[in-house]
Order: sequence, then C-alpha cells, then structure tokens
Amino acid sequence: MTDTSQQGGGPAAPARKHGETLMKLTARTKRRNAAERRFQAYGIAAIGVGLLMLVILVVNIFGNGMGAFTQTFITLDVHLDQSKLDKKGNRDLEDIKKVSTFGYAPLINRAFETKAADLDLKSGLKPKAMADLLSKSAAAQLRDYVLADPARIGQTVSFRFLANSRVDGYMKGRVSRESIANDKNISAAQLDLVDELIAEGTVRRTFNPAFIFGADASDQRPEAAGIGVSMLGSLFMMVVVLALALPIGVAASIYLEEFAAKNWLTDIIEVNISNLAAVPSIVFGILGLAVFINYMHLPMSAPLVGGLVLTLMTLPTIIISTRASLKSVPPSIRDAALGVGASKMQAVFHHVLPLAAPGILTGTIIGLAQALGETAPLLLIGMVGFIASNAPDGVAAGLMSPNSAMPAQIYEWAKRADPAFYERAWGGIIILLVFLITMNTLAVILRRRFERRW
Amino acid sequence: MSFVKLTVSALALGAVSATAAAARDQVQIAGSSTVLPYASIVAEAFGENFEFPTPVVESGGSSAGLKRFCEGVGENTIDIANASRKIKDKEIKACAEAGVTDIIEVRIGYDGIVFASDINGNGFEFTPVQWYKAISKQVVVDGKLVDNPYTMWNEVDATLPAQPIQAYVPGTKHGTREVFEDKVILAGCEETGDFDVYKAANGDDKKAAEKACIALRTDGKAVDIDGDYTETLARIESNKDGIGVFGLAFYENNTDKLQVATMSGVVPSTESIATGEYPVSRPLFFYVKKAHIGVIPGLKEFAEFFVADEIAGPDGPLSEYGLVADPELAQTQEAVANEVVMGSSM
Repeated sequence: MTDTSQQGGGPAAPARKHGETLMKLTARTKRRNAAERRFQAYGIAAIGVGLLMLVILVVNIFGNGMGAFTQTFITLDVHLDQSKLDKKGNRDLEDIKKVSTFGYAPLINRAFETKAADLDLKSGLKPKAMADLLSKSAAAQLRDYVLADPARIGQTVSFRFLANSRVDGYMKGRVSRESIANDKNISAAQLDLVDELIAEGTVRRTFNPAFIFGADASDQRPEAAGIGVSMLGSLFMMVVVLALALPIGVAASIYLEEFAAKNWLTDIIEVNISNLAAVPSIVFGILGLAVFINYMHLPMSAPLVGGLVLTLMTLPTIIISTRASLKSVPPSIRDAALGVGASKMQAVFHHVLPLAAPGILTGTIIGLAQALGETAPLLLIGMVGFIASNAPDGVAAGLMSPNSAMPAQIYEWAKRADPAFYERAWGGIIILLVFLITMNTLAVILRRRFERRW
Repeated sequence: MSFVKLTVSALALGAVSATAAAARDQVQIAGSSTVLPYASIVAEAFGENFEFPTPVVESGGSSAGLKRFCEGVGENTIDIANASRKIKDKEIKACAEAGVTDIIEVRIGYDGIVFASDINGNGFEFTPVQWYKAISKQVVVDGKLVDNPYTMWNEVDATLPAQPIQAYVPGTKHGTREVFEDKVILAGCEETGDFDVYKAANGDDKKAAEKACIALRTDGKAVDIDGDYTETLARIESNKDGIGVFGLAFYENNTDKLQVATMSGVVPSTESIATGEYPVSRPLFFYVKKAHIGVIPGLKEFAEFFVADEIAGPDGPLSEYGLVADPELAQTQEAVANEVVMGSSM
C-alpha cells in the first residue's frame, strides 16, 4: 500500500488514511490534474488564437487582393487616321514620332463616337466623356502600336483597352452610383453607358497578366500598374545577395568553426556576429547610403546597391546557420579523415562541408526569403518611389538601372490616393507571399531529403 | 573551391559596376509627397513620348528633398527637388556652400488644402478663427492667456455641431503644415485680436508671438500625422469624429469616404482656388540644378515638358488630377526655356 502510493504520488505524497484506495483521488492529485488540464487548455487556446489570426489574415489578403488579378477591358475599333498621325504621308518614323500621346486622344474619341452611332446608344454623352471610360494609358498603347508598325496607318484596327479605374471599380462592386455622388472623375451617365456596353459585350472583366508582368503606373492610371518590373528588381537583388552572402558567409563560418583558435578575439567576433543579426534593418540602409552611394558613388535606386545592403543584412543569418550545421557534423568524421592522412582542409572540404551542405542551404534560403521581404533599408537608397522604368534589357541594366523591389512597390501603392491602388497593394502581397512560401517550402524539402542525423 | 571563384567574380562585378556608375542616363527627382503624384504623371508621359528613360520620382517631404538637392553637384545627387513651398534662404545658403549655386525655380501651379470629415458625419462650415480657437495651445479668455479649454466644436462657435474636437493635421516635416499654420491658425489668431495679447506677453516680440500663436495643443485633440494622407484617412475611418487636413487632389479621389468643409463660406474646388476665393492654397514648385542640364540627358526636356500647356495647362492631366493651373504659366515656360536661375532678374 505504501509502496504503490509512493510510486503514484512521489515521495512527498501524504500517507493515505485507512480505507482510501488509489481509485479515489486525493485533493492534491485532483489539483495537479486540474492544473495540467488547464495548461493544455491554454496551449490549445494559444494555438487557436494563432490559427484564427492566420485565417483572418489570409481571408483578408485574398478577399482584398484577388481583384487585382482581373481587370476590366473595353474592346474598340480605332481608325488610325493618316491626317492625324502622318500628315506628310511618307511613313517616316521620325515624323510619326513627333505626334505625342495627346495627338492620339482624338482618334479614341472618334472611335467611341462611331461605336455609339453603330449601337444607336442614346447616352447623350460627348465623345470626350465617353473616352474617359478608358484608362489614360490607351493613347500610349495606341502610339506604341503605330510606332511598332507604321504600315497600319490608315487602317481600322480592333484594340483591347484597359478601362478607367472607376469603371473597373464599378465592375468589381467597389464603386456604386451612390458612392460617386461627389466624384468628378465619373458620372452616373457614364455608368449608364457602361451598363449598355456590358450588355453588348464590349466591356469585359478578364484576367490581367499585366498586373503580374507590367511596370508601375502613375497616380492617374492605377488600372495600368503592375508588379513585374519590381519583381525583376527583387530578382536582381537576390542574385547579388546570393553571389556575395553565400561565399563570404560560408568562408567566414568555416574559418571560425574549423580553423580559428579559440581566444578573446574570436570570442568578440562571435558575439558581434550574433549582435549584427539583431540590428534593425534600417540601420543597414543608412550604412548603405553612406558607404555605397555617398562614398563609392554607386547609382541611387540601383538593385546592385539594394543587393549589397541586403547582403550585409543576410550575412549574420547565413553565418549563424552555417556554423550550426558545421557543428552538428560529428567530430568522428573529421577524426577519421585526419586519421587516414587527410590535411585539415581536405577533411573540411571533402567530408565536413558536404555533410553540412543541406543545413547551409536551408539557412541561405531562409536568409534570402527574409531579404526578399525587406523594405526599410530600401527606403534610404532610393528604391521606393515612382520608378516606372520598363523591364531592364540585360544583366548590367538589371543591376544598374533604377528599379524598385516587391515590398517597396507594395508600400508605395498603399500610400497612394486612389482606392484602386489599395487593391493592387493587397494583390502584390499575394504574389510576395507566394514567393516566400515557395522558398520556405523549398528549404523544408531540402532539409527533409538531405539532412542526416547521427 | 568554387565559392572562392564566385567571390572573386562577384568582386570583379562590383568593380565593373563602380566604373559604370559614371553614366546616369535618367533624371532623378525627390521631395514633396504633395507634388509626387503630379511629378509621376509627368514622368510617365515623358517616358512615353520621348526617347529618354522615365525619370525616377521619390517622395519624403519638401524639406528632405531640398536637403538632398543641396548635397552638391554630381551624378550621385538628385537633379530636381519637388517642394510644396518656396525654398528658404537657409536652404539656398546650404546649397551654395555645397556648390549648388545656379538653381532654376519652376512654379507648376497651385494646390488647395481642404478640411474633410467622415461622409456620414456632421457637415462643417469653418472659418480660420474657429480652427485657431479649437486647436491652439493657448487662447485668450477674458483678456488672459489660458490653456485651451474647448473640448467640443460648439463650444468654440455655437454655429458648429456638437462634436468633440479631434483634428488630424500634417506633421512638421510636411510643407502642407506650414501653409496650414500660416493661412489658417495664424490668420485666425490675428483676426480674433489674440495676436496682440501674445505680443504683449512676449515683450512685443512679433516673431515670438507668431510662434506662440501657431503652437498646437498637445492634449491629444490635435494629432500630428507624419505619414501620408492615407494615414489621415485611416484615422478618420477609425474615429468618426475626426477632421483631417488633406490636399484637394486626395479628397477628390476619395469623395465616397470624405465630405469636405467650407472655409469662410467657400467650397474648395480647382475653380475657387484659381480665382483666389478659397483662402487656403499654396503654390507648388520644383527646383532644377542648372549644372546638371546638359550632363543628365533629358533634364531640360523634362522641365519644359512639365510646364507645357498640354501637361500643366487648365485642360492637361495635372489639372484633371487636382492641380490648379497657374495663370502665369507662359512666363514660367519662358523662364525654363531660357534657364533663368534664381536671384537673376528676368
């Protein structure tokens, strides 16, 4: 009896009174069991809160952002009037170039007029008011088409133009007749026209690849803005980070872990690497501005500079994870290699490093993912702003010509006045999240497949 | 050992790019977040219509932009600073010390500052005096300066609705703040005659009295917003009693969420600002480094394009977005074409 009670309740358990059995719990055991149940409940509640937040976040992001992937288009037949575009009629590209986008606006007005006459619409709107349904990018689209193929002048060509952000908002339910009461950008009569054109099939909302592959657009045409060019900016920055941070980080860790003597100097270095990992990223931005731009005279807004700054930020992460994976290789491997006559360097490069590689790769990918989502340092080196350059035409241009980065682009959109940009900011977040989740999944898969345990 | 090679090639890449840095071929702009939308509209159209690459436009505020502008001459400094106020003598001096002497000042038009509240809340008809009384740190009651006692708008003026005072004003790094202080708070202060009381209290020092006039209350009824107008809008959406200070263009893009208040009985619009009826407006500028013209390709063309009739004129895209066109645009165009620098007579 005494033995069992000691096994069950530990040496401090009070002696049971006569007649009590193990089946009947004492008050103290009940309390302990209750405490355990409570703790489990707290744990489940904590996980529940976390999951709930995740669900709210995901629902919010997708609810707000999915709209950015579709866009409203208006199909229109435009007569490329020779008297407007090429007065001399000799199809000289230099002459045609002199006609600015403003010169193309009348063609669009005319196209709308013809359309309204064909369909016998009684909207009573002036051609200019009808043309306002289109994005401001329509004239530029027309001009690009004509410059690419001047032989088309004089013909009537069918174009698919982006609709204005208000029309798009109307299709997406963001804009209603009530909400535009004070809006001078669109009128109820214009929405009536949109209704007629929807019924007729001219106005359609379809998937918009330009959002994923296109460049940023100014405040006046949110419908034309895309994240593609800043995606390339992010890509070039990641290339720089990978090319610099991985070799430098791995070399530093191998030296510190395998070769360096353990003395006060290496201790200081070690402590400082850990400290660097905790430095707020904006500090690296200020450093980058002072060193790379003001001292080394590298260009502002260049992905190269962004990559260098993010390299500084990622280095500690890579060094720490590389050292941890080097440490986890058992000493017996090194001893065996040294025992059969390998030099220290051979032991490291032939045996230790290959075994540590999965851990190093995982650390690097996680470091890169962190760098990909970083905005703060980019604020200071000019990568946040209106940077609507076209896609860079080569590696050198990709590194040197001004560009933005995905998170910086999202930040920029969230700041702008037109509500349509807000939707695009959420859409950008979805794309960024897809990249981050892909990278993290890759890291997990690599670790699962190649990691060895001893 | 491949990573040694990688490092070497990466370093070589860095060296190559350092030499390539000598040729910047696009215009670099920074400054006022009020001018940013206009500048980006122009930059976009410029990129579409010219062979030059699209200029890069950054924001950050008028002061920050002018500070970067005055860092010196050279390819690693910006070419154009946007400002929602005139450049200060102090800044001209700082520029000169860094070697930036020839500055071309370009006025692109006017911008209205509006007061707006939640669309479903009370409507307001303000005067500068009411704003001064509502959010100044100290006001005169019975001839004496006391800490601002008002908590409701109808305490300030019986014609205003009974709504708690909650104002969101632009932070001090914004050019908008200065205009707000000057044209609303100080104007109200002078109109009530409180200015003389301040002056007496400050030993007849006019500067000190002005400073005391525009000091805002710090008890949470007037909140400085350091971010953009989107932040002000978010504050109003979460606190329906809030009244925010916005640019006219921002309000016009968010008419479904905001209702605008009149000032001295005038509804803000591009028309009422152009005629000067609406009192709270200010000119918008950009400043060009003359030393960079001819060095940075497209700089002069961009400046000329910015003030061209088809862009900055009354029917241009800037006006459509909310800019009030400058009636003296022709003079500005001429000044830009002749590269007239500040300080020289035309």
